[in-house]
Amino acid sequence: MIDRKVRTGGSIICDVFLEEGVTAIFGMPGGASLPFYDSLYDYPQIKHYLMRNEQGAGYAADGYARALNSVGVATSTSGPGATNLVTPIASAMMDSIPVVFLTGQVATPFIGTDAFQETDITGVTIPITKQNYLVKSVHELPRIMKEAFYLARSGRPGPVLVDVPKDVFLDETDEPVPESVELRGYKPAGAGHRRMIRKAAELIDKSERPVIMAGHGVAISGAFEELRELAEKAEIPVITTLHGVGDFPETHPLSFGMIGMHGMYYANMAVSDCDLIIGLGLRFDDRVTGRVPDFAPKAKIIHVDIDPAEIEKVVPTAVPIVGDVKATLQILNPLVSANTHTAWLEELNRLRTNHPSHEPPPNEEFLPQHMVRYIYEATEGEAIVVADVGQNQMWASQMFFYEKPYTFFSAGGLGGMGYALPAAMGVQVARPDQTVWCVTGDGGLQINIQELAAMAEYNIPVKVGVMNNAHLGMIRQWQNRFYNGRLMGAELINPDFAKVAEAFGIRGIRAETQDEARDAISQAMEFDGPVLVDFIVDELEDCYPMVEPGASLAETVER
Amino acid sequence: MKTEGLSTLVALVEDNPGVLTKVATLFRRRGFNIASLNVGHSEQPGISRMTIVIEGTGAHIKQCEKHLYKLVEVVKVVDITNADRVDKELALVKIAAHGAERSSVVALAQAFDGEVVDVGRNALIVQLTASPYTIERFLSLAGDFGVVELTRTGLITMARGDVRRARGPVAARRPGSNHKE
Ligand SMILES: Cc1ncc(C[n+]2csc(CCOP(=O)(O)OP(=O)(O)O)c2C)c(N)n1
Repeated sequence: MIDRKVRTGGSIICDVFLEEGVTAIFGMPGGASLPFYDSLYDYPQIKHYLMRNEQGAGYAADGYARALNSVGVATSTSGPGATNLVTPIASAMMDSIPVVFLTGQVATPFIGTDAFQETDITGVTIPITKQNYLVKSVHELPRIMKEAFYLARSGRPGPVLVDVPKDVFLDETDEPVPESVELRGYKPAGAGHRRMIRKAAELIDKSERPVIMAGHGVAISGAFEELRELAEKAEIPVITTLHGVGDFPETHPLSFGMIGMHGMYYANMAVSDCDLIIGLGLRFDDRVTGRVPDFAPKAKIIHVDIDPAEIEKVVPTAVPIVGDVKATLQILNPLVSANTHTAWLEELNRLRTNHPSHEPPPNEEFLPQHMVRYIYEATEGEAIVVADVGQNQMWASQMFFYEKPYTFFSAGGLGGMGYALPAAMGVQVARPDQTVWCVTGDGGLQINIQELAAMAEYNIPVKVGVMNNAHLGMIRQWQNRFYNGRLMGAELINPDFAKVAEAFGIRGIRAETQDEARDAISQAMEFDGPVLVDFIVDELEDCYPMVEPGASLAETVER
Repeated sequence: MKTEGLSTLVALVEDNPGVLTKVATLFRRRGFNIASLNVGHSEQPGISRMTIVIEGTGAHIKQCEKHLYKLVEVVKVVDITNADRVDKELALVKIAAHGAERSSVVALAQAFDGEVVDVGRNALIVQLTASPYTIERFLSLAGDFGVVELTRTGLITMARGDVRRARGPVAARRPGSNHKE
């Protein structure tokens, strides 16, 4: 029965949050959104986390969404609040993360008058949202809220912005939230085309050196079992993209790690030498392919993606399949014959033994790689790692073996420094049962360091590991390598982060050696609450393997 | 307007505020150059029809079509570059004409099935409904007298021939999708 209760705009929004299963939202209030906060007051079931910058709120909602593989919510006021959300919106767009961004707007009579704190945020965010709405009347709000959640999570997920003028929060309507969404122009694909899937199965059966490249789409569609079934049935090595880390257990004998600019040497070689790529839910980003004309020169490519615009965007495909990865594999797997690829696997295993990119270099110094490896050892891999951007991000993906889905998160597409701290908080809020490690550089930490205040206030027990190399490490690496060592803007004069943490009310530990690092990690793990460990690592270590810009994957350098 | 190297897409879009901005933003951002763009009502309420002439052919246009489809408001896109079709554009051309020149301009307009819709002391307005190519030819000849003002609607176009199936409301068809509608 349709409920025709009269409600305010503010309570309609809260009701939709509850219907959509959102129990935590991240934001900061302001004049235009105060009526919404007044409604929120009546909804104790929805916990509001007051973040210290809207950017932190946006990233926290992104982390929450990734951890649950469902929709996160961030909210801000109009004008400056909304513009502070722009970076996380762009990031969610690049990484296909379902987040509903709710922004307040000046009251409808003031729209278009350059009123105080008026910014045309729907105009600003057109190219960085999957869809956005300026709600002109409360009567359309129930439909728009329903659509916003549906669009955010369905098909290729992405951010949806709903801009609500102050008076619309207060206005009342008896318009119910529709049961379903009617969008003539939006029909996300289900399973791929049968004929194409049959063709894919034929190519897989014929291939002698196949490789599966697993991307974010595997995680989004929840195709872990299906991926594993395919890999094991036909004995196909699996390589992941950065966002595919966690798609396939990294200690599985068929796992050959991550590909790309800082991918595993053997993964890059496997792709360069294979005769078939089964690409599952990935977009062949330039950080993955290296020089495109030399990418997988001997391979035919099967490309499964739910977004038709990704197919043939970068690489020519032999078999294009527009479809959901899970639904497609469910049809594909039975058509693929059981098979073995002994010689091919032997070759790859030999490569892996001779080029162990996943091991820290043998060194007495306390290297950044050790930090991640010790966290792996101490947690026995039972942790979620949220990495920032830069060298730390690459080492976080390389030196930890991810066994389970949704255990490694990183803002790979936009690559915005400052992601990890707030995102890890969102992840922890969504998964209170899990150990969450934030791995961040000393540079990236300082972009959203203010969120330590929220972390302390809500006692969000994230373990923050600062990979402190007193540099914008990745910048230093590039300036050394490509700009003749002319360091400019690469060195960092830092505060004592452990003391900073203490000042925020968070336990702070400093670790300068390998032993201190191991000890600090176990202290952090034992402590029931948020901890920041300032790992003072070797300042000059560079991140390898590396595919130099403009080089092909086959030219991966190891040092 | 030259037609070489150009493609013509017809897009049916939800008539929502902001949809034109979204389409324009998409073209700008993805580096597609618009040669002409016409928007107006279609035969269905709530659906506008856009005729977009863009630079480029082949894979470039295929990509453009896919990106248009990604806009939630875009219901259907048809590449009718190579279709057998009726092309029309409306132009109003103000041409300088004194004394005896006037009858020459009128004759020129008549030769193109144009209509003189305003007569002033030293200028005439000619209305022309024709293919962009014909309008180009007219403009080139009118240039001898002096074109002082010009406005063109941009191309509108429609595939020729019979309707294949009973007309229902337009439904989304996605490239490569085998989704039941
Ligand atoms: C917001 C933002 N600004 C600038 C950059 C460019 N950038 C990429 S990596 C990097 C250095 C990161 O340094 P740090 O956080 O200390 O991490 P490290 O590389 O040392 O691990 C910079 C400045 C970026 N990715 N994001």
